[in-house]
Amino acid sequence: MTASHTGSYEPVFVGAVMEELQSVFQRYPNKQAALLPTLWIAQREHGWISDRIMAEVAEVLGLTPAYVKGVVTFYTMYHQHPVGKNFVQVCTTSPCNICGAEGVVKAFLEHTGAGDAGATSPDGKWTIVEVECLGACGFATPVLINDDFLENVTPEKVPDIVKKYR
Amino acid sequence: MGFPHKPHPKETVVLSQYFGDVEARTHKGWVKRGGYEALAQALKMDPAAVTEVVKESGLRGRGGAGFPTGLKWSFMPKEKKKPHYLCVNADESEPGTFKDREIMRWTPHALLEGTAIAAHAIRAEIAYIYIRGEFTEPWTIMERALAEANAAGVFGSIKVYLHRGAGAYICGEETALMNSIEGKRGNPRIKPPFPAAAGLFGMPTTINNVETLAAVPPILKRGAAWYKGLCLSNPKSTGTKLFSVCGHVQRPGNYEVTMGFPLKGLLYDMCGGPPAGRTLKACIPGGSSVPILTREETESCLLDYEGVVEKGSMLGSGGVIVFDDSADMVYQIMRLARFYAHESCAQCTQCREGTAWTTKIMERILSGQGKTKDLDLLLDLSENMTGKTICVLSDSCAAPIVSGIKKFRGEFEAYLAGKRQPVMVG
Repeated sequence: MTASHTGSYEPVFVGAVMEELQSVFQRYPNKQAALLPTLWIAQREHGWISDRIMAEVAEVLGLTPAYVKGVVTFYTMYHQHPVGKNFVQVCTTSPCNICGAEGVVKAFLEHTGAGDAGATSPDGKWTIVEVECLGACGFATPVLINDDFLENVTPEKVPDIVKKYR
Repeated sequence: MGFPHKPHPKETVVLSQYFGDVEARTHKGWVKRGGYEALAQALKMDPAAVTEVVKESGLRGRGGAGFPTGLKWSFMPKEKKKPHYLCVNADESEPGTFKDREIMRWTPHALLEGTAIAAHAIRAEIAYIYIRGEFTEPWTIMERALAEANAAGVFGSIKVYLHRGAGAYICGEETALMNSIEGKRGNPRIKPPFPAAAGLFGMPTTINNVETLAAVPPILKRGAAWYKGLCLSNPKSTGTKLFSVCGHVQRPGNYEVTMGFPLKGLLYDMCGGPPAGRTLKACIPGGSSVPILTREETESCLLDYEGVVEKGSMLGSGGVIVFDDSADMVYQIMRLARFYAHESCAQCTQCREGTAWTTKIMERILSGQGKTKDLDLLLDLSENMTGKTICVLSDSCAAPIVSGIKKFRGEFEAYLAGKRQPVMVG
């Protein structure tokens, strides 16, 4: 499902997805508390969190779009723009930095053609971002590709990883 | 067990006994290893009696603050007039720390069992386990374990739910975590009221760290006296603790030792010391928020709450970051300051401005544009960032800066004097 800027919009929370959301509601005493899980579902279905989706989320949870936007922008994992098919997060905080994380970022940028950190490759396949601590410092450098958590990544391993996901 | 390495003979394995043992992840495998016996035992006890055992054991919070766990539980209202909640802090995000991740990956049922026992002790009907969004693998494993435990009906009337974070270090702060579960921005709350009076959804709430709760089943099973006896130095620090060691060591990983174990033994005997040909320069013993130790301080430090304080730092989360003589301390401290600047929730001025400003000054020093007065300016800013804000994120940024300037001043001065090649900072 995609949102077009020209007007047509297919709602995300219908059918099976709406049923899934109903089961999420049962875990919390109010609908507002379901906001984070609802945004996760929205991102899974749509790939990123557009303004239009925020409006739909606001509607199903009885919140205002401005409130939802305030929450979306607080957290780093909700994409506010479309991202590549493979979203690569490389930890570059101090413990990984001293183990060579910057070389891993460089290798990903080179081998994927993504260009700059944060940008998406022209073929739409790759977005590489540097992130703060991924909580796996003893397995430097950890890299999160979509939902796959990779450990002990070195610049030498990057070409094979890129081949696998391409 | 120093997963992925074989256990070292000097380790005391309680929490990490089954790390690497795939069968222990399943409900069946956990029960086969004596799992859920402690929960069955606890459910037959009066909640206050369970709290009393934990109090007696001397268990202290393993998330960083080291607050006595049983005492925390006893703050919950005696007379139950409202719903009670338990929050489990699995938002492990402190640089250098990766122990809760291993507990959830290998022994998810240990956490679920501890969670249910704690919920019973504080008479909570609902427990939320808040797992950071980036922990995709622990999430999947916890989800499977929870489904199995529910199917086996081990929790009785207690409901346990998982709640996924979405990328925010600050949500590891207890009241920010509660706001995040409530569907809000993760801004810490002003205390009081404390969570035991008004926490999640305004109801009495207790929040505990993953490692703390994983220690509860063995305490109930083997007794408070056994746990209390696990102590090599100060009697106020009991039991075992998982230390995550990372950075410049030959065998990074998690190691479990009895409280009071020498840091030197952990780093050299277990982790193999720094890479060949290099020497240890500095160490951050308790996650990036605590002051940096010099080599001398590191090698004479005992790993318990009091022992690390004696050396001028804190045990914190047990995340040990090691720097050898190849490390540029100015650059590394800048990276840490940048981390806090990125993670500040921006509520308090001292933190919002201070973390960003100190980062910029250190970037300026590294780029060769530093001014002589910059060190005093950094110290002055740090002073204003300490003890003046709603939570301690701001203090955490100041800790490595202040201790870094104090202990590695020469490295800063070399940049200021143009004696060191400027570094490109991007």
